Amino acid sequence: MAGKTLYEKVWEAHEVRRLKSGQSQLFIDLHLIHEVTSPQAFGMLRELGLKVAMPHRTFATVDHIVPTDSRKEPFADPLAQAMIEELRKNTREHGIELFDVGSGRQGIVHVVGPEQGLTQPGFTIVCGDSHTSTHGAFGAIAFGIGTTQVRDVLATQTVAMPRLKVRRINVNGRLKPGVGAKDVILHIIRTLGVGGGQGYAYEYGGPVIEEMSMEGRMTVCNMSIEGGARIGYVNPDETTFTYLKGRPYAPGDDEWEAAVARWRSLASDPDAEYDDVVEIDGSAIAPYVTWGINPGQAITVEERVPDPEEFPEDEAALVREALEYMKLEPGRPIKGQKIDVAFVGSCTNGRLSDLREAARVVRAAGGRVAAGVRALVVPGSEQVARQAEAEGLDRVFREAGFEWRYAGCSMCLAMNPDKLVGDEISISSSNRNFKGRQGSPRGRTLLASPAMVAAAALAGEVVDVREVLGVDA
Amino acid sequence: MKAIKKIRGRAVVIPGDEIDTDRIIPARYLKAITFDGLGEALFYDERFDESGRRREHPLNDPQRQGASIMVVGAGFGSGSSREHAPQAIKRAGFEAIIGESFAEIFFGNATQIGLVCVTLEPEDLGVLSEWVEAHPEGEVEVDLEAREVRFGGRTAPLAIREAAREALVSGRWDPLAELLEAMDAVRQLDAVRPGPGKRGGYAGTA
Repeated sequence: MAGKTLYEKVWEAHEVRRLKSGQSQLFIDLHLIHEVTSPQAFGMLRELGLKVAMPHRTFATVDHIVPTDSRKEPFADPLAQAMIEELRKNTREHGIELFDVGSGRQGIVHVVGPEQGLTQPGFTIVCGDSHTSTHGAFGAIAFGIGTTQVRDVLATQTVAMPRLKVRRINVNGRLKPGVGAKDVILHIIRTLGVGGGQGYAYEYGGPVIEEMSMEGRMTVCNMSIEGGARIGYVNPDETTFTYLKGRPYAPGDDEWEAAVARWRSLASDPDAEYDDVVEIDGSAIAPYVTWGINPGQAITVEERVPDPEEFPEDEAALVREALEYMKLEPGRPIKGQKIDVAFVGSCTNGRLSDLREAARVVRAAGGRVAAGVRALVVPGSEQVARQAEAEGLDRVFREAGFEWRYAGCSMCLAMNPDKLVGDEISISSSNRNFKGRQGSPRGRTLLASPAMVAAAALAGEVVDVREVLGVDA
Repeated sequence: MKAIKKIRGRAVVIPGDEIDTDRIIPARYLKAITFDGLGEALFYDERFDESGRRREHPLNDPQRQGASIMVVGAGFGSGSSREHAPQAIKRAGFEAIIGESFAEIFFGNATQIGLVCVTLEPEDLGVLSEWVEAHPEGEVEVDLEAREVRFGGRTAPLAIREAAREALVSGRWDPLAELLEAMDAVRQLDAVRPGPGKRGGYAGTA
């Protein structure tokens, strides 16, 4: 009999029963909530007269709407203040732990879960946020849900879900210097398409993933959803265990060995069968930049903005629409593209390693943020901010002319004061380059790694970070 | 809960592929603690310019007012998991969406609120779109039992994940009642499953 994938093992351990529709009723080990997608769910519970079934498996933080320039309350935006108050009220009323602003543990929900050790291998994890796939980096089955499902999980600690197929993605070879996890996932999405993952959970493996840090794996899993896959995961290994040891909510010393043994047993068996297998040559990946209005519209920094004429007719329309919106000229190198804003942060790239990487580029390049460029560094959590400050990274950024902010989602998604204006073009370490995503209906986004963002901030235009770092392409 | 077997109504084509949920409902409309009023914000930045003037958009077309079926392209609803997107579509009066493909989370969110999403083969979808464009008063029928879309005397086979179809036609698209039935088993799992806990609070075996 063939072995099993981690996905199958975790699914089977959590399937309460099969529902009449054929979907599974899946037990959820960890439910993370935030201020944007939970208030309506609590409202529905109230209307139904239901309570939160398992507050001990539910954790809250506030990230989307919090201003990152000032923590003074009431916030300038009364709607934002109302949302944080609602979350405080709901968590208090239902006995849910809230990592509130100023607690030292607040931050972007997908940064906070792992750094607190809430996220553990073999867990099923849900959150009303599509980037919940991030937690798959630990060998968890983690996925975003809608608000009605948030209600379901609050009320029953279970959710109705169809079982997905599993695609194994092997990233082979070794990454070249100056190339990171963000480039790997942008390359995968470009290769398999933004809709390529529909119906699949992605299992990432191969030498490049095995050598990657937990932070890098989180970046890769985070953007699974950008490739259409609701779930992305990496099998747990020593890197995972080392990361988790000693974290506040991880198993303590007395349970540690048993936990590690169990976690090991959850990894996909060597003879597991996959519904699909894809091989990616990691050695061939270069730093990436997006040029369009979805994350699959990406090219390496060595390439030129594509010409719609080069695409089959059914794809050309989308390319034309993207170029028109982005105001980019087909055939021009993306290198040298001027930028107005540079943003380092988000659940994709707002972790300590991302800030270190950006700071390394700033140090290597010397000089300051280019004239006319607004540059922001937004740590993913209060803990990340504290660690970065202890290492002096905030000074590196500030002295070079970057703004150093408080933790939050910031300019990734336009629900707080950090927004593009008019048709400004930003280079951003976030995850989505959708039309209007960064807050202006005409705003434009180039997605890239934190290193590429830092390099562009100083140059005022897209540059090849490898040249700044003095490494060979 | 209402069984949803057949939807019939006038339609509107929203052209383009990979229409993400940020476009369906811009993030600033998520700054609210209820879903009220979302219907008016549907596709707001595509329907109105920055000074609030109407742009040319199918949803602004007087001939399309009152349409209850939306015809879309491939990858509809990609991106953010915001349920605000299907909520806005439903609250704007739509009962079904016919497209080439739907993003996973969007599809699940829509189904759970009884908003029907079905797919057609690209060729059939093209024929349907052209027909709808040419017949503003024409009615389209989505028949989940017969697994067919009908319009202008034609019939095209529709596809939908069987579990979703079953949930819709049997009136179980909102699963909460069924989930609540199994709470004893759920509590047993909770007792044996490991969970996030402060040091020493880890008590799992399963």
